[in-house]
Amino acid sequence: MYNFAYHKPASLADAVKILSADPEARPLAGGQTLIPVLKQRLNKPSQLVDLAALGLAGIKVSPTALTIGAMTPHAAVARSAEVRKAIPGLADLASWIGDEQVRHRGTIGGSLANNDPSACYPAAVLALGATIKTDRREIAADDFFQGMFTTALEPGEIITEVAFPLPVEKSAYEKFRQPASRYAMVGVFVAKGPKGVRVAVTGAGQNGVFRVPEMEDALAKSWSPDSIAAIKVSPDGLVSDIHGSAAYRSHLITVMAKRAVAKAG
Amino acid sequence: MAKEGIGAAVRRREDSRFLTGQGHYVDDFNRPGQLYAYIRRSDRPHARIRGIDVSAARNAPGVVAVYTGEDLAADGVGGLPCGWQIHNKDGSPMAEPPHPVLALGKVRHIGDPIAVVIAESKAQAKDAAELIAIDFEDLPAVADVRAATAPGAPRVHDDVPGNVCYDWHIGDLAAVEAAFARAKHVVRLDLVNNRLIPNAMEPRAALAECDVTGNYTLYTTSQNPHVIRLLMGAFVLHLPEHRLRVVAPDVGGGFGSKIYHYAEEAIVTWAAGKLRRPVKWTAERSESFISDAQGRDHVSHAELALDEEGNFLALRVSTLANLGAYLSTFAPSVPTYLYATLLAGVYKTPAIYAEVKAVFTNTVPVDAYRGAGRPEAAYLLERLVDVAAMETGIDRIALRRKNFIPPEAFPYQTPVALQYDSGNYEMTLREALKAADYEGFEARRAEARRRGKLRGIGISTYLEACGIAPSKVVGQLGARAGLYEVATIRVHPTGSVTVYTGAHSHGQGHETTFAQIVADHLGVPYEQVEIVHGDTAQVPFGMGTYGSRSLAVGGSAMVKAMDKIIAKGKKIAAYLLEASAEDIEFADGVFRVAGTDKTKTLGEIAFAAYVPHNYPIEELEPGLEETAFYDPKNFTFPGGCHVCEVEIDPETGVTRVVNFVAVDDVGRVINPLIVEGQVQGGVAQGIGQALLEHAVYDANGQLLSGSFMDYTMPRADNLPSITVGTESTMCTHNPLGAKGCGEVGAIGSPPAVINAIVDALKEFGVKHVDMPATPEKIWSIIEAHRPRLAAE
Ligand SMILES: Cc1cc2nc3c(=O)[nH]c(=O)nc-3n(C[C@H](O)[C@H](O)[C@H](O)COP(=O)(O)OP(=O)(O)OC[C@H]3O[C@@H](n4cnc5c(N)ncnc54)[C@H](O)[C@@H]3O)c2cc1C
Repeated sequence: MYNFAYHKPASLADAVKILSADPEARPLAGGQTLIPVLKQRLNKPSQLVDLAALGLAGIKVSPTALTIGAMTPHAAVARSAEVRKAIPGLADLASWIGDEQVRHRGTIGGSLANNDPSACYPAAVLALGATIKTDRREIAADDFFQGMFTTALEPGEIITEVAFPLPVEKSAYEKFRQPASRYAMVGVFVAKGPKGVRVAVTGAGQNGVFRVPEMEDALAKSWSPDSIAAIKVSPDGLVSDIHGSAAYRSHLITVMAKRAVAKAG
Repeated sequence: MAKEGIGAAVRRREDSRFLTGQGHYVDDFNRPGQLYAYIRRSDRPHARIRGIDVSAARNAPGVVAVYTGEDLAADGVGGLPCGWQIHNKDGSPMAEPPHPVLALGKVRHIGDPIAVVIAESKAQAKDAAELIAIDFEDLPAVADVRAATAPGAPRVHDDVPGNVCYDWHIGDLAAVEAAFARAKHVVRLDLVNNRLIPNAMEPRAALAECDVTGNYTLYTTSQNPHVIRLLMGAFVLHLPEHRLRVVAPDVGGGFGSKIYHYAEEAIVTWAAGKLRRPVKWTAERSESFISDAQGRDHVSHAELALDEEGNFLALRVSTLANLGAYLSTFAPSVPTYLYATLLAGVYKTPAIYAEVKAVFTNTVPVDAYRGAGRPEAAYLLERLVDVAAMETGIDRIALRRKNFIPPEAFPYQTPVALQYDSGNYEMTLREALKAADYEGFEARRAEARRRGKLRGIGISTYLEACGIAPSKVVGQLGARAGLYEVATIRVHPTGSVTVYTGAHSHGQGHETTFAQIVADHLGVPYEQVEIVHGDTAQVPFGMGTYGSRSLAVGGSAMVKAMDKIIAKGKKIAAYLLEASAEDIEFADGVFRVAGTDKTKTLGEIAFAAYVPHNYPIEELEPGLEETAFYDPKNFTFPGGCHVCEVEIDPETGVTRVVNFVAVDDVGRVINPLIVEGQVQGGVAQGIGQALLEHAVYDANGQLLSGSFMDYTMPRADNLPSITVGTESTMCTHNPLGAKGCGEVGAIGSPPAVINAIVDALKEFGVKHVDMPATPEKIWSIIEAHRPRLAAE
């Protein structure tokens, strides 16, 4: 990795200040993506701003929202009794991200800011119609994800927390893992909550996470695996790689969606 | 049997060291004043180098030197040698294009080393390497053997037309053709043996130093330090053996990939001499993917002729083997004498003919990888036999039994050069079927069906040849080395023993197994035996560890050396006990005058030998130390039966291995715990090859599976709990009766897995599925047949 300056500010304002003053500075969360990228010398930030001392970790529940701090590691989401109760599909999703080490370092904020097209969280955030809160504003999930590794975040903008509207009646995630990386080759999150019935797919789209309106309509009419069994997402626009063609991914979307619906009960 | 002697399940003594982080690997060594090398490698599959500008790199902070291929050539550094020469059908020698240590004029694969930067720190070396400006002219590249042999294909080496390194054959073509002409059935199969990346846990590393007198030491991650000293000293750097010490300390896995002499070893050794400072290089994992020799990569067509009753009449095989861009050290032997000679397998097929074209491509060099040629042969044969069963309607087990070489036929001469000494294929088949509850399978299939799953069972009755090999024979076959092994047994004055072996342990547990053999044979406590390996300054000589040879060949050298110790001990005992040497018996560490209670322990004899006050000094030298070179009389022939049971999810195509039984004949078992571990590891690799692992290059030679993000290593949850059994017939020609167990797992398992998958898919009329049998491949097969099934 190339040399960089390291900061661990104690306030959000200080962190924002450093990041705003220097376009080459980057926030550092769990480092599970950023550090490997630096080690491969694919990125050359001038400064890293560690978000660990900003008090951004933690889970809160109110009658209308489950709020997860940006620095909350996946393991904490997975084992949280509140999350399991309020949105079981979300806890389940967090429980099979990466491995034990990754789950203890990687954070929800880092995952969303990175918006890897095969990351898991974007599917939940989009399907549950969550709101991404930053140091300066609130962004609806529908506006946040803007294509592979691209989000609505402005340079230097820090995600502080993610609010999932409650109550959620049904939620489940099914993931067909890419065999080597074990990221989502096709991940489908299905939800029924304040934002209606939603189906979001990750891992498969060339532009990252996306919704499947036909499935949403069908499930709104009748919540059952059979009601979406015949709905296919066109392979156009889906990823083809050594692990699976677009046609195979298209097929898996339906299979994973059916299984998620069954799992949600 | 002694508590820790031959046959005892002793826990591996090296494990406490490894598990507590006390292992000492090459990268753990650091020498005063040490510099760090970083290698700038090609990111092009094939390009002409029009110019290299290293001036910016030379001036970068901390940089001590930058060298290119021209610098090495100007100093007389030779190319990397190839240790095996194959001859073409017409008797001419294979093409042997130069293999420069650092590229000269052209790069031929992603990862091909171009220049080395040597700096005070690793980071400085790496920073400076980026400053090397290389003017490339991209050339058309070729990665696949079929494309490389097509007319008009780009040439990897200008003077190798058609990219064919050799066009070789074995067997009696006329006899095979005659048999095919009168056959009742002919079955045909096209199959690919997928390319694999070894991925030893420890990446390769090399650290060299040169002292003021010009004596060199190289610490390297090698399976055979003496071979490296020989090849690098004699062919590359022109350093005589007495000035070059090669140490291979703890090595974290090899699987073949650490047999070869690699460019980096020569680079750091040469640079250490130039700079008179130690130079260290340690591969990053991403370098391992593009610079460790890879394995397999065959494309074959096979045909089997059978008579009315299902007797095999003849086998005809034609194989294209991918060698990559250059000849790795032993590459030519793998798709020839380690492959085609195994095509008889466990069957009495009377006529066999195989032809192999070895082909250069713009890919990382290919060489021996766990099993080396033998997995390719076993896979081809065991798949073909299943296809024969399917097409003739004869039960696959009955068909195998009908064609087995029967136990009374040994020694058995195959039509492809090998002579098997012993084996009992019916025995391992029977035991494996029993352990797998083969009889009960159809009930399990039906039960799985009720759960919506397709269940299948497959077997393979495989054979391998290992314990490589009689020097005279391999010399006739083109080896440029002998393949004996060496052991020195040093009995210390108080009776404890140090063993110096030319074999090298990098995961095999030699420190345990070898100590058991010596404890057993000399009757000394196991704790009093120490095993030393991996250092040319300590061990007299050795050919190293590969091809499951350490026990069969290296262990036999120990027995031979111990026999000399005992013979000398008898003479000493005879003198001390006033008897004649012929009357002295040796057992359990005690020399005894036969039929009397007059005895001397080995410790007493050793003491007398080192403090020779009362000693036949006129006739016998003092001391108690013997060295033996053991040259094997034949290969050894482990074999057995693997049974695999899979369940396929027809909706996704995902295969799960739900049951796996391996019953192997490895000859005498010294330590059942270690044998089981070796088989488990081998089966894991075999299942990995069958279902998951694949080095994928695009048509232009870009490696698409260049990291663990895309190259699928098998993990614990991909594997069932593996049932391992052993059923032994003894090797008849070595003193231990041992055959070897290091590779059986990786050889027997892939065809068992694929046979099980084809069985699970039998209602779809599937004949074959290429490895790795990924979910998408299987789903596509099911998809293609779905309309037909729906119609029926
Ligand atoms: C072996 C392995 C397996 C994995 N498997 C999976 C998987 O199955 N599914 C999955 O979804 N993910 C997976 N991941 C990714 C992992 O779970 C993390 O979510 C991901 O790496 C990002 O989180 P992080 O906290 O590590 O962020 P970092 O790596 O620290 O940062 C990632 C990016 O986000 C920016 N960033 C971080 N936090 C913020 C913030 N609060 N505001 C603004 N920008 C920010 C950083 O500047 C950087 O650009 C895996 C990772 C590894 C190493």
